[in-house]
Amino acid sequence: MNAIGLPQILVVSTALFFIGVYGFLTRRNMISMLMSIELILNSVNINFIAFNKYLFPGKLDGLFFTVIIITIAASEAAVAIAIIINLYRKYKSIDVEDANSMRF
Amino acid sequence: MGNDFFILMKPELSLMLIIFILLFLKIWDGIKEVSTLLMIANVLLLANFVAGFFLNKEGVLFSGMYHTTSLIALEKNVLAFGTLLISMMAWDWLKKHEHLLEFYILILSTLLGMNFMISSGNFMMLYLGLELSTIPLAALCNFDLDKLKSSEAALKMIMSSAFASCILLFGISLLYGTTGSLAFSEMPAHLDGGMLQLLAFIFVFVGFAFKLSIVPFHFWTADVYEGSPVAVTSYLSVISKGAIVFVFVTTLLNLFGTLGTIWYHMLVISIVMTITVGNLFAMRQENLKRFLAFSSITQVGYILLGLTNGGSAGSAASIYFLIIYIFSNLAAFGIIGMVSVQTGKENMSDFNGFYKKNPLLGWVLALAMFSLAGIPPTAGFFGKMFLVTAGAVKGNYLLITFAALNMVVSLYYYLRVVKAIFVNPNESPMEAIKGSWSVKIALGICMLGVIATGFYSGIYDYIVSILS
Repeated sequence: MNAIGLPQILVVSTALFFIGVYGFLTRRNMISMLMSIELILNSVNINFIAFNKYLFPGKLDGLFFTVIIITIAASEAAVAIAIIINLYRKYKSIDVEDANSMRF
Repeated sequence: MGNDFFILMKPELSLMLIIFILLFLKIWDGIKEVSTLLMIANVLLLANFVAGFFLNKEGVLFSGMYHTTSLIALEKNVLAFGTLLISMMAWDWLKKHEHLLEFYILILSTLLGMNFMISSGNFMMLYLGLELSTIPLAALCNFDLDKLKSSEAALKMIMSSAFASCILLFGISLLYGTTGSLAFSEMPAHLDGGMLQLLAFIFVFVGFAFKLSIVPFHFWTADVYEGSPVAVTSYLSVISKGAIVFVFVTTLLNLFGTLGTIWYHMLVISIVMTITVGNLFAMRQENLKRFLAFSSITQVGYILLGLTNGGSAGSAASIYFLIIYIFSNLAAFGIIGMVSVQTGKENMSDFNGFYKKNPLLGWVLALAMFSLAGIPPTAGFFGKMFLVTAGAVKGNYLLITFAALNMVVSLYYYLRVVKAIFVNPNESPMEAIKGSWSVKIALGICMLGVIATGFYSGIYDYIVSILS
């Protein structure tokens, strides 16, 4: 049996990326949209780790970048959730369709 | 390292110092007088701006992560100056706001992020700076906590900017996989235009296009601009956009210079769409902030037109245009901010007969509109002329003609504002607007900039001399 190589991992990460994009564009719940963004970020993390392991084993750039992405994702989620809570206090809903006071 | 460290990182270190001073003021809670606090913050910003002129050295720190040149020093000065102007214009609004110091802490954090982003020599640093400059900005959009529109704008801001940086990151990860490096100095040697690299480049381009609100990715702009407080809107449209243009210019020209023919065609398509859609939507806006949002989308289209030059003339023209854009756009936002604080009105029809009670402010707003439209005595004309001349080098005269014709179209909506101020009849025109002295000084500086940069060629010569 063949060992799992870079292409298999890239397929997983790319699939994860597009699932995230699809979720972001179709979900109407703000928390789900945030979760979709986390999916995309994780696909990027997988990419970095896989490239680092298979192509450039001597380098550390990818690993460092992954750590930074995880940290920033946390801070981004913190601010986003604070904003969502603030919005929930006014609309009593976390559906993006309700946040439509501004139109063309 | 050693002494060099402090000199090279001076803009960032001074910003950090100011943030810490303001944080201590917040915790100490000893100064109750609001205008004293505002005075302290403004004086600190002024000191930061003045310090930017001295002791500028070129160099590299942290093994290529951070680098600075005289061009970067100039860009940082421009951003610091714009922030100072915005802070002076926000005086009246902040005086009534209970979270005054938080505003400064957040806005300076974003400025710090932009400085790091401009100085970055590595994609990791670029990403960190980008996030440091967008996450606090989303919190700033929500600064009018009790207003519904403000929260909605913040939601749209954080969601679209998070999505944009996700796409940018995916592109960066593919670039890392194909080149094996994240450093700007090593990457171009490995860029050969392979399929995966092209895909990666498209992702990076789209990520930047989101932040710059180039047309297929502009949907968040108008809503965020309309909902945010005026000071934050002006910061978004001038400083934040300017910083990303600076980074975009260096990334395109230095990093992806070898893929020049590819991004040239991408730019051409984006320019046509950006200018057309920006113009068409700007025509039908009633809210002035929304109108300026679409106007800023169009202006970005012209900046991209200069970038198609692909050389130093393009970046000189775009940086010069941004300086002028800061003056003219901030003048417009300054007046909208004054009116909005005092009367809460932001619509174009509210400005009917504005000239009757506010002759001076009416002239200032009209001059700002002339400069944005690019009418000769004002600086906006020269900015656009340099951009178009830079773009014309490539010989794509169809594109140049299209852009020039669109400038004529844009006169319609800029002059609509002027018409509202001077011509439109109104039985009960707006009362005289009273602003504090700092707003008046800031508006005066803007007007001086709009007129003086049109006549005095020193700034453009200086930018060209740095670049060559």
